[in-house]
Amino acid sequence: MVRLESGPGEIMEVSMGPHHPSTHGVFRMDVRLEGERVVRLKPVFGYLHRNHEKIAEHGAYLSAIPYTDRLDYLCSMTNNWGYVLAVEKLAGIPVPERAEYIRVIVAELTRFQNHAGLVGFLLQDMGASGTPLMYAFREREKILDLFESLSGARMMCNYMRFGGVRVDCSAEWLEEVRQLNARLPRFVDEFEALLRGNEILMARTQGTGVLSRELAINAGVTGPMLRASGVNYDIRKVDKYGVYDRFAFRVPLGDHGDVYDRYMMRILEMRESVKILEQALKDIPEGPVMDPKTRLRGLRPKAGEAYGRIESPKGELGFFLISDGTTNPYRYRVRPPSMINLTILEDMCLGRNIADVVITLGSVDIVLGEVDR
Amino acid sequence: MTSLPAVEELKAWIEAGVPGAAVRVIPNGSPSAQHSLLIDQEHARTVAEFLRDDARLRLDFCSLVTGVDWLDTETTEKIKVKKVVDGVEQEVEETRKTKTPGYLEAVYHLFSMEKKHGPVILRLRTANRTDDAHVPSLTPVWRSAEFQEREAFDLYGIVFDGHPDLRRILMWDGFADYPMRKDYVPPADDPLVGVRP
Amino acid sequence: MADDLKELKIELSKNGIFTTTLEELYNWGRKNSVWPLTFGLACCAIEMIATTMARYDLARFGAEVFRPSPRQADLIIVSGTVTKKMAPQVVRLYNQMPEPKYVIAMGACAISGGPFRDGYNVLRGIDRYIPVDVHIPGCPPRPEALIHAFMTLQKKIDEQALAGPERPRHLHADLPSEFPVPEFGAHGLEPAQNDEVFLNETGNPLANPLKVIQ
Repeated sequence: MVRLESGPGEIMEVSMGPHHPSTHGVFRMDVRLEGERVVRLKPVFGYLHRNHEKIAEHGAYLSAIPYTDRLDYLCSMTNNWGYVLAVEKLAGIPVPERAEYIRVIVAELTRFQNHAGLVGFLLQDMGASGTPLMYAFREREKILDLFESLSGARMMCNYMRFGGVRVDCSAEWLEEVRQLNARLPRFVDEFEALLRGNEILMARTQGTGVLSRELAINAGVTGPMLRASGVNYDIRKVDKYGVYDRFAFRVPLGDHGDVYDRYMMRILEMRESVKILEQALKDIPEGPVMDPKTRLRGLRPKAGEAYGRIESPKGELGFFLISDGTTNPYRYRVRPPSMINLTILEDMCLGRNIADVVITLGSVDIVLGEVDR
Repeated sequence: MTSLPAVEELKAWIEAGVPGAAVRVIPNGSPSAQHSLLIDQEHARTVAEFLRDDARLRLDFCSLVTGVDWLDTETTEKIKVKKVVDGVEQEVEETRKTKTPGYLEAVYHLFSMEKKHGPVILRLRTANRTDDAHVPSLTPVWRSAEFQEREAFDLYGIVFDGHPDLRRILMWDGFADYPMRKDYVPPADDPLVGVRP
Repeated sequence: MADDLKELKIELSKNGIFTTTLEELYNWGRKNSVWPLTFGLACCAIEMIATTMARYDLARFGAEVFRPSPRQADLIIVSGTVTKKMAPQVVRLYNQMPEPKYVIAMGACAISGGPFRDGYNVLRGIDRYIPVDVHIPGCPPRPEALIHAFMTLQKKIDEQALAGPERPRHLHADLPSEFPVPEFGAHGLEPAQNDEVFLNETGNPLANPLKVIQ
C-alpha cells in the first residue's frame, strides 16, 4: 500500500493479490482508491501461465486432450468437448449419436456443479464463511463420483475423444444419473430457499457491478454474465452443436446486469440443466460411441484451420486450430471466456466501494487456469 | 450462420463499402470451410468499423484474436536452364533457392450477436518478423480485443498501433523474449525435457 | 520410547496417573493443531478445498481454520503449478510465516513442474527455493492422499526431538528460516535455484529428513 497524496479524498494504491482470500486463485488487481471508492482498477494475471498453447503445439492432437482438462479445472468435461469439436471440424470427423447424448449428459452435469460451486464461492466472498459452499460441494461430490465411475478420475476426466468418447457408459451408470437427477431439483430449491430474501445478499448485490448491454457485447462478454445483461446469446441455441437442437430448454435473461442478476442466472441455469438431463436420459439411443475407423494417434488433418466453440459454464470456450498437414497442430489457440470477461472489470467497479470489487469479481466467475492458460 | 454471404460476396461488399481497401480471400483447406479475408493495414480500422456497423452484417462481437508466427521459408526447386558447358549449349538442371520472408499475423474471428451469424475471419499481417512487426489495433472498434492483443504482443511481439495500453500481460514486464514464436529457445538451465521441439 | 517405560506408562494410566515427557507433550500439542495457510494456486487447490468440505473433512485432523495471513499459519500447502511469475511471492509468503513452519508440496506440479515441465514460465518444483517436508504425487491427488500427507506430517512432527543434534530447524540458532527471494530476470528467474535448498542427495540440514516416514 502506498499513499500518494493526502487531502480531501486520500489516494491510495492497493495491490489486491495474488495471494488473497477472495481473488479466486492467483489473480491480482491494482486498485487506486480515493477513500473507499475505486478510481482505477487494473487486473494483472499471468501467475498461472503454464504455456498450455506451446505444449499443445509440441505434441500431437491427441496428447493435448489431458491438458485441456486443466484449463478450467472445475469443468474438465466441457473443456474436452470444446477441443474435440474443433478437431472434428478441422478434420471432418463424424460423431455417433450415443456419444453425442453422453456428451450432453456430462456437460450438463458439469454445468450444474460449476454453477453450484460459483454460488458457494460468491457467498463466501460476501462473508457467509463456507456454509453455502458446503452445500454446493455436497452435490458436487455426488457428481464427481459419477464422473469417476465413468472416466476414472474425479476432476481431470480426459474423457472425450475426437469422434466420440473414450468408453461407453453402462446402463447402471445411466440409472444412477437418473436417480441423482431426480433429487437435484430439491437441492436447488433448498439452496435457493436458504439464500432467497437474505438481506445481506440483496443489499450487497442489487445494483452492484452493473454491466450495460452495449458494453457487454462490445467487450466480448459471453456466458451467464452476458445473459444477465439481457442479451439472448447462448451458443447451444445459436450454433446448435452436438444434439442440443433436440432438447427443449429456455435461456434465462436478466434485466439489470448487476451481481444479483448474475447470481440468479446461475440458479436458473441449474434448473434448465436438470431439464436437459431429463430429456437426454430419456432419449439416449443404443449404439457405438466411437467409429473404429477414426484415427486417434497419428491424426494428420489436411492443411487448413478451424474454429470450434461451445457454451461452457463460464462462457464461449473456443479452440482455434491451424493444421499444416503434420501430426502436430501448427497453431493451437484457446479462447478463454474468463479472461475476456475480465476486460470490463474496471468499468463495472469504477465509483464503487472496494468491498463491491470483491463480489463483482466473484460474479464474473473466473478460473485462473483458463485466464492464464 | 445462414444470413452471411459467401466469402467472395463479402469481399465485394467490403470493397464497395470501404473504397480503396485491398481484400484478399485466403481459402481454407479443411472441411470446416472457414475462409478468411486478408485486409491491408491502411484500411483495417475502417473495414472493421464497416463490418461492425453495416446493417446487413452487424458483426458486433469480436470473439477471438490470435497471433500466428510464420517463419521465413526457403523453397528449393530444380529447373532446367540452357547453359553453355564446354562450348556446347545444353540443358542443365539448376537448383534455385527462393527465400520467402516470414511474418506475424493477427487473426480476428467476428460474430454477430444481433443477427446470430458468423464467423467472419479477418487477417492482418506484419511486414516481417524482425523490425517492422506493426499492425493497427482494432481495440477502438471492439473492446474485446484489448487483452487479447496485449497477449499477442506479449507472446509474439506484434505491436498494435493505437492500442490504449500495450504492455505485457502474461509474462512479467522485464521479460525479454517472445516465447510463442517458433524459434524461441528456452534458457540453458531449463532445457526441454518431455517434448520433441 | 523403550518398551518397559511404555509398560510402566500404561500401568500408571490404568491407575489414573498420566505421565509423559516434555518432548511428547510439546509435539502432541503442535501436531494436532497445524493451521494451514489459504494458499491454492491451481487445480490441486480445488481438491484441497474438497478435502476441507463435509465429505473428507480435514478439520478433524487439527487443520481447523485455514488462516489467510501467513503470520498466523503453520503450514503452507503449495497446491498447484508454481510459475516463475509467482515464485517470488511464494518464497515471500514462506519467509513471513513464523517458525516452526512446514511445507507440503501437493501435486506433481509443485514437486517437479508436473505435466507442464516444459513451460517457459513454469518453475520445476517449489523445492528449488524453499525446503519441502512432504510431497504428494498425483495430478490432482485425491483428498484421501492429502489427508495421508497431513498424517505423515503429523508423524514427522511427532518424531522431532527437542534437544540434541537431531532437533529440527527451528531450534537451531544458526540455520536460516528465511530464504532469498528470486528476482525477475530477462529470460527467467535469477537465481534459477537456491543451491542451499535444492540438494537431492543427503546432507541437506535444512529439510532434516533424517528418517523416511512410511
